[in-house]
Amino acid sequence: MATFRQEVEATIPALRRFARALTRDAETADDLVQDTLVRALRSEHLFHGGELRTWMYTILANLNRNRLRSLARRPVMVPVDDGDAAVDATEGARDIERALATLVDEQRDALLLVVLEGLSYREVAEIQGVPIGTVMSRLARARQQLKSFLEGGRPALRRVK
Amino acid sequence: MTEHDRPVTEDELHAYVDGELPDDRMAAMLAWLASHPDDAATVAAWRAQADSIRARYGAVAHEPVPARLQLDRILADAQPRGRRFLGMAAAAVFAAFVVGGGVGWMAHGATASKPSGFEAITADALEAYRLYVVEVRHPVEVPGTEQAHLRQWLSKRVGYELSIPDLSSLGLKLVGGRLLPGPTGAAAFYMYEGPSGERYTIYCAKAAAQETALRFKGGERDATIAWVDDKVGYVVSGPSDRDKLETVAKNVYDQVDKGGAKKS
Repeated sequence: MATFRQEVEATIPALRRFARALTRDAETADDLVQDTLVRALRSEHLFHGGELRTWMYTILANLNRNRLRSLARRPVMVPVDDGDAAVDATEGARDIERALATLVDEQRDALLLVVLEGLSYREVAEIQGVPIGTVMSRLARARQQLKSFLEGGRPALRRVK
Repeated sequence: MTEHDRPVTEDELHAYVDGELPDDRMAAMLAWLASHPDDAATVAAWRAQADSIRARYGAVAHEPVPARLQLDRILADAQPRGRRFLGMAAAAVFAAFVVGGGVGWMAHGATASKPSGFEAITADALEAYRLYVVEVRHPVEVPGTEQAHLRQWLSKRVGYELSIPDLSSLGLKLVGGRLLPGPTGAAAFYMYEGPSGERYTIYCAKAAAQETALRFKGGERDATIAWVDDKVGYVVSGPSDRDKLETVAKNVYDQVDKGGAKKS
């Protein structure tokens, strides 16, 4: 019992990092982590052993997918100049944020789990419930999209101004 | 051809960047990159992306964990909320018995102008799935632990004998259920949850048709399988994995077919 709790606790910093990159908003990210923790503690009996960390990422990714689905159904007000108003983020940091925002959900999940969270392809396949080949093609598409956004996207956006 | 000579694939380039390339391919990879500047540039670009992502978000893991994410706080919050929730559920059950007829009648009137029938049932069921599947704390009115009560209550309200399928052989645990307004009266709604939080729901409502085949309707994120059996419409909704959904629906179909009207 105590060890389950301690293990859950140990995942919090990484979950916050993953959630922040997924949502690109600190408040939303911590909401997501909070819901993940509530769900995990409540579902201890559903945890069939295996690696707890992977299970926590799975819950978080599922909750985020549910969140995006409910967001998609109602209009959301987004400040038009959100990135430009922020003074703390450097150009490069904003570029990568915007680039990540252009990815398809499953591709962003896969890329962040590998690159930011350091998970293996096998673990990501388990989290996403797909074969490793699918994880690799999601990664490939994500990287391709980031590359073309970072190389072409910004100048194009600048020209519009 | 030896391991060393085989040309490098794009998958291997990714594996190399992510530290998943087998050792026996490492020499071939380095030789390949030395003689293929385009691939070397691609690898460098991917690494730069990864560096930017880590530079942007890596530090979040070193921030102090905010108070609301402390497990003590979450557990303390969960306890009274759970108790309050049970109280509310009990009150809701009581209210449902007392004002039952009236609410049912109002719901009937309010929805009478909508196109009723199979399409409406499926649409309502999917709407309910999308609405409640995102609920973390209050997804149901009556928890799955009170299954007998849930079955009695909902059966009484929908006006026919319901059975609540047991999907534990598929790793799905009953979260609970709730009563919803359906196209032509009350509808029963059950929610199940798998080990990693994936949720499936079953929606039952009276239908005009006598019997239909199982119909699949898939979206990008979710999907439904619906059918009518003995004038009761069933809609099973879940994530868009069709094979899994079919297994779940088949299980439900078999169980309501056997259990349904005859049961107690």
